[in-house]
Amino acid sequence: MPRGNRPSTAAPVPDPGTSALPPPAPAGAAKDARQDTLASPGHAPAPPPPPSRERGASALRDRVRHAGLPYLLLVPALVLELLVHIVPMVTGITMAFRDLTQEYIRNWGAAPWAGLDNFHIAVDVNAPVGEALLRSFAITCAFTVLAVGLAWLLGATAAILMQDTFRGRGLLRALFLTPYALPVYAAVITWSFLLQRDNGLVNHVLHDQLGLTDAPTFWLVGDNSFVSLVVVSVWRTWPFAFLMLTAALQNIPRDVYEASAIDGAGMWRQIRHITLPALRPVNQVLVLVLFLWTFNDFNVPFVLFGKSAPESADLISLHIYQSSFATWDFGAGSAKSVLLLLFLLLVTAAYLLLTRERAPRATRSRGTRRRKRVHV
Amino acid sequence: MRRFRTAAAAALTTALTAALASGCGGGTTTDGAGSNDKPKELTYWATNQASSLQKDKKILKPELAKFEKQTGIKVKLEVIPWSSLLDRILAAASSGQGPDVLNIGNTWSSSLQKSDALLPFDGKNMAKIGGKGRFSPSALAATGAEGKPPAAVPLYSLTYALYYNKQMFRQAGIDEPPKTWKELVAAGEKLTDDGHYGLALEAGDPVENAHHAFVFAKQHGADFFDASGKPTFDKPGNVKAVKQYVDFLAEDRISAKGNAEYAARQSVRDFAKGKAGMLLWQAAGSQLLGNGMKPADYGVAPVPVQSVSDTGDRGTTSMVAGINLAVFKNTDNIDGALKFVKFMTSDAEQHKLNTTYGSLSPVRAAQKAAPRDKDEKVMRSVLADSAAPLPQVPDESKFETLVGTAMKELFAQAAAGREVTTDSVRERLAKAQQQMRK
Repeated sequence: MPRGNRPSTAAPVPDPGTSALPPPAPAGAAKDARQDTLASPGHAPAPPPPPSRERGASALRDRVRHAGLPYLLLVPALVLELLVHIVPMVTGITMAFRDLTQEYIRNWGAAPWAGLDNFHIAVDVNAPVGEALLRSFAITCAFTVLAVGLAWLLGATAAILMQDTFRGRGLLRALFLTPYALPVYAAVITWSFLLQRDNGLVNHVLHDQLGLTDAPTFWLVGDNSFVSLVVVSVWRTWPFAFLMLTAALQNIPRDVYEASAIDGAGMWRQIRHITLPALRPVNQVLVLVLFLWTFNDFNVPFVLFGKSAPESADLISLHIYQSSFATWDFGAGSAKSVLLLLFLLLVTAAYLLLTRERAPRATRSRGTRRRKRVHV
Repeated sequence: MRRFRTAAAAALTTALTAALASGCGGGTTTDGAGSNDKPKELTYWATNQASSLQKDKKILKPELAKFEKQTGIKVKLEVIPWSSLLDRILAAASSGQGPDVLNIGNTWSSSLQKSDALLPFDGKNMAKIGGKGRFSPSALAATGAEGKPPAAVPLYSLTYALYYNKQMFRQAGIDEPPKTWKELVAAGEKLTDDGHYGLALEAGDPVENAHHAFVFAKQHGADFFDASGKPTFDKPGNVKAVKQYVDFLAEDRISAKGNAEYAARQSVRDFAKGKAGMLLWQAAGSQLLGNGMKPADYGVAPVPVQSVSDTGDRGTTSMVAGINLAVFKNTDNIDGALKFVKFMTSDAEQHKLNTTYGSLSPVRAAQKAAPRDKDEKVMRSVLADSAAPLPQVPDESKFETLVGTAMKELFAQAAAGREVTTDSVRERLAKAQQQMRK
């Protein structure tokens, strides 16, 4: 329920009785509201309003019926939510506290409780398992920062450059979106062919034709695999940033730019003071989503490198897969997954808190935008 | 309003991030033993043995029809690619919903045996399919831990062999295939010149690496697990073994640097195209033909040893590779499943299927016929005399993953021009061993 002080006309208010906040409204106001609900389509016609003297029992019944309906309508969604999210999540978390190896896959319940053992091993950075996990975590952080940053930068640049109409804009936009439309597997497998050392196109261009390197470079094993991973990931995700930002840019009125141009603002000033502040709410969500996708990305490294990634590109999702599926140790894998979940929750919460603090200040000057933000 | 939105975003985030935690969730506790509720049908998961899943189906369908004619049991066939087979088996084991009969890689036998998902072939079940005596002992050694009833029976056997390009050998003046590694390196050096190399390696594939490490270790009198099943990765013999294999690329330079990223059978292609003069592979015949190399163009010999006088473990030239046939414990047609195993391991079917797939029959009677080609001749003698099963311990798959990956990293280092020393190999193996945890 919206809780703003301003009466919101957009949100349907079924009955003032269900809303806890406003004190019992005067009779006139209540009547107005009831007329509103009657007028709204799809609402069953309410019984004629009882005289105010006879409120009490029948009003209570009324209130229960009205208040109960929304919950009843929510039940299917709730059941599905339980089934799809909560139960598997709880199962996964429970697994983390068990010593679940292949011995018990037939009967998980029989797996002995391990307490916090799996977690101890995972976070003990002085021992090899924890050290490897920490290393993988650090690599993933570096990878995420680079990949998200570059994807956003590319997407924003392309979206701003495409803001003005010109011949061929539609074609270019479609072209830019292709990586996003391709199936991951097909696209990344193609990349793995391009990146082969002996027969790949990348080395053919860099080494054979341009002569930039002394010897053909390894892109899929060794240290350079990190670079390959970043490039492929950026290539995969930047069209999404481009798409979101292009849509958001449509909402900025042209006259703001014209007015600022008359005041003598150049392109950079316009971008800094008009475009970026206006994009802020979209960016808030966009960067978060890109961060979560990239941090958790399993498909790209798995298809690019196979089951065992090179050390320099050992992303955490693949690392966890290896430590549970490839080595049949599901308890340890779950414990690491839970740690990852906690970390992502923490980052997300901190991120939302920080961006929320600053958001109003940036947009205070423009009241109209404030309302728009709400719908993003 | 803002708070509401934040809450919604947080909920969304939780949902998104939870996907990872729940990735390995789900599953029920089932304790069903086999039954005979559905005596007229079976589901069979076959592994990908031919060049494509379609081809496998085409090969197996007529045989299944034959079985149906004999017994009236209809077999539903699914051919499962190797990349997803283990995940599928684990899912089947944890949910209790799986096939009745299935093929497994024989190195998984003891891991799956420990999972209790497969019907043990104890005396009674073994008798139903014709008895233990039908199978060659070395193939039976790769069906589970010693002293326990086998978790599966051998179906197709394979061993590694050395393939060499006859024409390249002739041109380099090499008269016969190398019998020791020293000879192999010498031959490799003769074969290596601009764009041609002595030996093709599948060095980016952890599983291949681990198999070779196992054989080299045996030849050095070492093992990756001690008698109690504890890992001993960084023992000197194992370090020597791994280093010797990596050195083909690092120090002897008889293998192309690019081999460090080969993990999709590129080494077979390189050998078939004459880019490399030698290859260590299992039953390469059909794959070589697929790449345009005819049987007359190559020779097959046992994998070299350290010294020709080595015998016993030190004379090991191959792991016992191959496919086992298992019955899923939760089957609802236990009698039919055993009948099907008996059918698949019968002399006639063994002869037919192994001939088609280019593998070796683990059934003794089927080995009596004259070998169909030089591949089978060499593999027969290797399986009989000098093949050893990979360690039959539950942690075997961890060994393949960890040691194989460590070797992949060593190859990558060597290919990038960094030195690979005994110390750096030991360090890697020690690190791999510590990851074993238990």
